[in-house]
Amino acid sequence: MEETDVVFLWGSNARAAHPIWFHHLLKGIHNGAKLYVMDPRRTESAQWADVWLGLNVGSDIALSNTMAREIIHAGLVHQEFVSNATSGYEAYKASVESYTLEKGALLTGVPADVIRDAAHTFAKADRAMICWTLGITQHHDAADNVLALINLCLLTGHVGRWGCGCNPLRGQNNVQGGGDMGAIPNKYPGFQEITDPSIQARFEKHWTVKLQPEAGRNLTQMLHAMASGEMTSLYVIGENPVQSDADGHHVEQALKGLDHLVVQEIVMTKTAELAHVVLPAAATWCEGEGTVTNSERRVQRCRKASEPPDGAKDELWIIAQIAKRLGHDWGTPTAEEVWNEFREVAPEFAGGMSYERLDALNGIQWPCPDESHPGTTFLHERLWEKGEKRGPAAPFTVVRHEGPVEMPDAEFPLLLTTGRRLESYNTGVQTAGYDSPLHWGEMLDISPEDAARLGISDNEEARITSRRGSVVAPAHIDRSLRAGMVFMTFHFPENVATNLLTLDVSDPKSGTAEFKACAVRVEPSRALAGSAHT
Amino acid sequence: MTTPFVQIRRPDREPKKMVELQVDGIAVSVPEGTTILGAARTIGIDIPTLCYLETLRPVNVCRVCMVEVEGSRVLVPSCSRAAEPGMIVRTGNDRVKHTRKMVLELLASSVDLSTTPGMAALLDEYECDPERYGPPAPPAAAGVRDAAVCGHHTPPNPDFAATLAQPPIVDNDLYVRDYAKCVLCYKCVEACGVDHQNTFAIAVAGRGFDARISTELAVTLPDSACVYCGNCIAVCPTGALMAKREFDMRGDGSWHEEKQTSADTICPYCGVGCTLTLHVQDNEIVKATSPLDNGITMGNLCIKGRFGWRFVQRKPEAGSQEAGTGAL
Repeated sequence: MEETDVVFLWGSNARAAHPIWFHHLLKGIHNGAKLYVMDPRRTESAQWADVWLGLNVGSDIALSNTMAREIIHAGLVHQEFVSNATSGYEAYKASVESYTLEKGALLTGVPADVIRDAAHTFAKADRAMICWTLGITQHHDAADNVLALINLCLLTGHVGRWGCGCNPLRGQNNVQGGGDMGAIPNKYPGFQEITDPSIQARFEKHWTVKLQPEAGRNLTQMLHAMASGEMTSLYVIGENPVQSDADGHHVEQALKGLDHLVVQEIVMTKTAELAHVVLPAAATWCEGEGTVTNSERRVQRCRKASEPPDGAKDELWIIAQIAKRLGHDWGTPTAEEVWNEFREVAPEFAGGMSYERLDALNGIQWPCPDESHPGTTFLHERLWEKGEKRGPAAPFTVVRHEGPVEMPDAEFPLLLTTGRRLESYNTGVQTAGYDSPLHWGEMLDISPEDAARLGISDNEEARITSRRGSVVAPAHIDRSLRAGMVFMTFHFPENVATNLLTLDVSDPKSGTAEFKACAVRVEPSRALAGSAHT
Repeated sequence: MTTPFVQIRRPDREPKKMVELQVDGIAVSVPEGTTILGAARTIGIDIPTLCYLETLRPVNVCRVCMVEVEGSRVLVPSCSRAAEPGMIVRTGNDRVKHTRKMVLELLASSVDLSTTPGMAALLDEYECDPERYGPPAPPAAAGVRDAAVCGHHTPPNPDFAATLAQPPIVDNDLYVRDYAKCVLCYKCVEACGVDHQNTFAIAVAGRGFDARISTELAVTLPDSACVYCGNCIAVCPTGALMAKREFDMRGDGSWHEEKQTSADTICPYCGVGCTLTLHVQDNEIVKATSPLDNGITMGNLCIKGRFGWRFVQRKPEAGSQEAGTGAL
């Protein structure tokens, strides 16, 4: 990051959402790196960019495919890498052929010469990387968006090398660790395939239980299964889906229809209020022990700093007690014992990460197979090896531009996109608890052009209506927005339930919901009922 | 296009040449580029300093760390002068001690150093007598020092020792700026600027004795560019910048550092994985910092990490439905 030459920050406002990571990017910029920011909004991050590509919401694939075509036609493909280490290049090449600069400019709203410049700069750089966040993944074609960016890195050989690569910046302190530990529907701990019979047999032997052989449901599929009555019980640990998920009304109804809802939480959330049983839990990050994995795959220890409030129990204890009541006596395992079991079942992944070593090295980046291994700074280095050591080729994937599911029309003429602000976090369960001069409450960010057209002034209450719901929020005239776009967060759901507006449409491959694009109508509140004006 | 050579691993760094020098009669060998201060620390000689910090570029303004280098007409700041081959350095001879005593006395006569860690011992060690400059001048009224204009000086009053005394600025819920305690070390400016945060909310305004840390046009913090990361608080050596929580607790006498414990954990927010050192007193988190030698943070945090942990210790009020959201 600090020693790269070109950074594409794509669909990420890291200055606000990952402030300390952005310090490292700034060091890179001060060292001479060029920064390109792809974001429909001219964010705080974009203000640091050499070039800002203000693309239309949901046109990421069009932009990357256009860049790819330009790189191919300009003869800037890293031929040696592509022929040695990748597969599917010819099909990919054919698939992007129609994405001319002119077509790309039309689809993305980014001028053709700017796309051309970005493509050439990226391809010619000695070291370049693409970093992205939810601007890429909170779309109905999330996985395709990611694949489109990976294609660009493969095309130019910017992968598996120091200062290069594809870097998703994780939004939560342990979203990576949850996956590592197998808290995803299709993998065992250490990303081992559930559907592989030999792996399944190994886990059955280790746990001495029979395991079901099918991948489970992801969050979005679970919500649909609840709605259809197929799923009748739910155990929620530390999540607030009523307020965090798209199309809030739909989620609330699904949860209300359950026979049995258990919520394990540190505070009484909206979701917990619906529960049949609430299990009060200690806040593991400071009232318990464990590990978390950050965006650079670094496993680090959480340590107990204070005692939980009366009645709140350690989460490991709660889970072990539930297991006991279900007929499995796990005793009272410590976090370290659970971690060591993980090392045992995923030795290639974490075998070398003892608590002692995690302490001594300030965390270790996986994979780390044995205790002499220093951890892995970057992945996919094997692609540059010769012969058998290179391993399987990295595939290009053909992806096509589709655009958002819901586009503005006469009735809902504006496109709402959602995100985060610096001082707040997700549904505000944590961040509403401290006083901050930056807590302004929820706002509707709107471009000066649209505000003028709709007759809305700064700080005036506006009603925002989509096909699913309607909310009221004060307008904030924001020059970083182009006409036609409005922006909100979901940090203050008690006051403004933004996710009543958003779309319950999700990516079939990853299950992530399309938070980034929904069509809305905005009116000044005073123009409606008259009395709503404050 | 084929790239003829592809660098995969981190580019090799030239092994640094070693520099041989002598500090207080002891031979030291350090990599080229090491400062005299760094060289002295490798052999256990600690030179006092206020404005130096490992994670910031040295600005050598406090002059506490001055040492003698043989052949140099004047003393040199050890925090920023690089070690050179054959240097003969004296860190504590009479000339150095005399200068250091004067610098400390001048600082202590004009600045409130009561919350500067280690300062009382240092003043004792150098037999400082800050009172000999006369009784301290009465404190300036709020805003007076901030209104000083370059070139317009009030004639000094010989009956009093000039001081920075003025009321602390409390203009937000997160931190307090008590510039009566400021030694103008520039650390906060550096941390807010290119060294780390790059927000540039504060800078040094004014000249001479009127010099002070200021926001743009001396506006309040909420009206400034400040993003409340608190990285300035983290580097402040005197307690001039302090979290409001600590300021209030010190004010009502409930701040007891000797009773505090600390533990390193990981911030509960985004996926960067910043190490948080939680300082706990009576089972309540009272402060969050991050270790300077942590490769991810270099001691820095954002507003959420520095202040956003109150949610774990909100005591539910009897009978109330204490939900964690929306209470604004």
